[in-house]
Amino acid sequence: MSVAIHIERLVKVFGGTHEVRAVDHIDLQVPQGEIFGLLGPNGAGKTTTVGVCTTRVLPTDGRVLVHGVDVVSDPPRARKSIGVVTQHNTLDRACTAWDNIYFHCRYFGMPHTVARARADELLTQFRLGERARSLPGQLSGGMVQRLQLARALAHRPRVLFLDEPTAGLDPQSRLALWELVAGMRQSGVTVLLTTHYMEEADRLCDRVAIIDHGKILVCGPPAELKRGLGAQTVLALQLDPPSQELATTLRQLPGVTQVEVTATGLRLFASSRDGLIPRVAEAAQSYNLRDIAITEPTLETVFISLTGRELRE
Amino acid sequence: MNSEPNQAAASLAALRAENRTRMYARAFWGLMVRDAHVLKREFVPFLSRTLMQPLLFVFVFAYLFPKIGQGFGGAAAAGAATAAGRATFATILLPGLMAVAIILQGIAAVALPLAVEFGGTREIEDRVMAPLPVAAVAFEKIVFSSFQSIIAASVVFPLAYYIPAQPVAVHINNWPLLIVIVILSSLTAGALGLTIGTAVKPQQIGLVFSMILVPLTFLGCVYYPWASLSVVRWLQVGVLLNPLVYISEGLRTCLTPNLPHLPTWGILLALVISGSILTLVGMRGFLRRVIS
Repeated sequence: MSVAIHIERLVKVFGGTHEVRAVDHIDLQVPQGEIFGLLGPNGAGKTTTVGVCTTRVLPTDGRVLVHGVDVVSDPPRARKSIGVVTQHNTLDRACTAWDNIYFHCRYFGMPHTVARARADELLTQFRLGERARSLPGQLSGGMVQRLQLARALAHRPRVLFLDEPTAGLDPQSRLALWELVAGMRQSGVTVLLTTHYMEEADRLCDRVAIIDHGKILVCGPPAELKRGLGAQTVLALQLDPPSQELATTLRQLPGVTQVEVTATGLRLFASSRDGLIPRVAEAAQSYNLRDIAITEPTLETVFISLTGRELRE
Repeated sequence: MNSEPNQAAASLAALRAENRTRMYARAFWGLMVRDAHVLKREFVPFLSRTLMQPLLFVFVFAYLFPKIGQGFGGAAAAGAATAAGRATFATILLPGLMAVAIILQGIAAVALPLAVEFGGTREIEDRVMAPLPVAAVAFEKIVFSSFQSIIAASVVFPLAYYIPAQPVAVHINNWPLLIVIVILSSLTAGALGLTIGTAVKPQQIGLVFSMILVPLTFLGCVYYPWASLSVVRWLQVGVLLNPLVYISEGLRTCLTPNLPHLPTWGILLALVISGSILTLVGMRGFLRRVIS
């Protein structure tokens, strides 16, 4: 299978009064047809990485190839094979929904009749047919993102970059957008999406790279990353106050693989649930235990176990 | 032996270059079609912003004042008259107002929308993602705005010609020169718009009019020929930095050649130089704003 996105030792340092190393030696290969997720908190370097891949940010070092085309040495040709949806509304405010797609097609060289047919087709496909003549300002947040997605696909790119595509959307619109992205699996389009919603990465992506402070911490299929924790259950204990001493005690319990002190209590990773909760409750009794929450491991817990922080902190 | 693969490689390279040129040309044309579509939809606001100022200016200063008997422009007219026989203020004003219309389009069609797009909406990003060099996206702005400038100058002409109460002496002896001057002027205006649009922050937009447009027009030989500034020598030299001077004087050369004006070669040279510098500065500003 051919490589759609090849990122090699990518570094981006933003100058100015405070030098910021936004991307710090990232290596990544995304094969054609994969839906790949960059998961990390705000400021982790996701948007900058996508910015370089989509020719809008010049890298300080390293290189990025999109289907073999170097994005720095030949941006126009690279742009031919990529579609982009950013987290901002970049729709042309002076043009209607239909015009936005039509003119996008014209920029990519389609003649009038082909562009017209493509605009009609995409608006119908993305359930925006009735809003064809609306200006972007008259569309809801969910419609705006659907239209941006339709526009990004209009010139039939081989690689689609979605930068926080569902940020700020209501749950219903988010689900609708997820369906559309998941539907791309059939079309063979490679998708690289950035997100700080672990559920989004978990549900949509074939593989996920967890990124923090400009570095990739782990990369693999979501299920594999969660298995890598060696835990099947995660317990969150609310204590007043959090206790280091209790953490030491709990680590001795059978099946417990890891215990962390958090701001509100303890977080406990365990390989088995059998008889665990009574034992934990008993041990924690004298430490002002307020609440116990049991969860399956998620990509969020993977992130927490790697960085000790929560994704949305 | 080697020549065949070399030839094949050369023809492949030639084919690629041709494809690339076609890709750029189509994208550029697409951008032009988009701008034309938007202009068509906003043609009435475009016309009103183009016409209102010159209409009132001509009406008050070249129609009303002579009727009232007020001598505004008399000194300039007299100064010009000594050099060129009988020239009215209306005659001086005609090329000047066309020049203002040209420069105003550069600012209204390029600078203002760009400042807004860079400042808040970022809607330029889709056009920047078109398959052509980013500098070409900036250049398209200049080219399209120059069309608007040409339209603006054409609609201002009849106003400035027919409304004045005094006779307007227009003689076009050299049509090709007029066309060249109008095109160069319009491109320079677009480049000025690009430079301003990429340099100012959206919250400074109000200042563009008071701090840039007003001094440009008042010191741009719009209401007086450059030659008549000889009475204030330092100003006559100083205004040569203002590109509008060459637009006004260029149009004066072509439309009212009986009035004193700068030498034609000097006007052409200055327009080419100022247009090129502003284009380069504007494009660099554009690249700086869209690529980080």
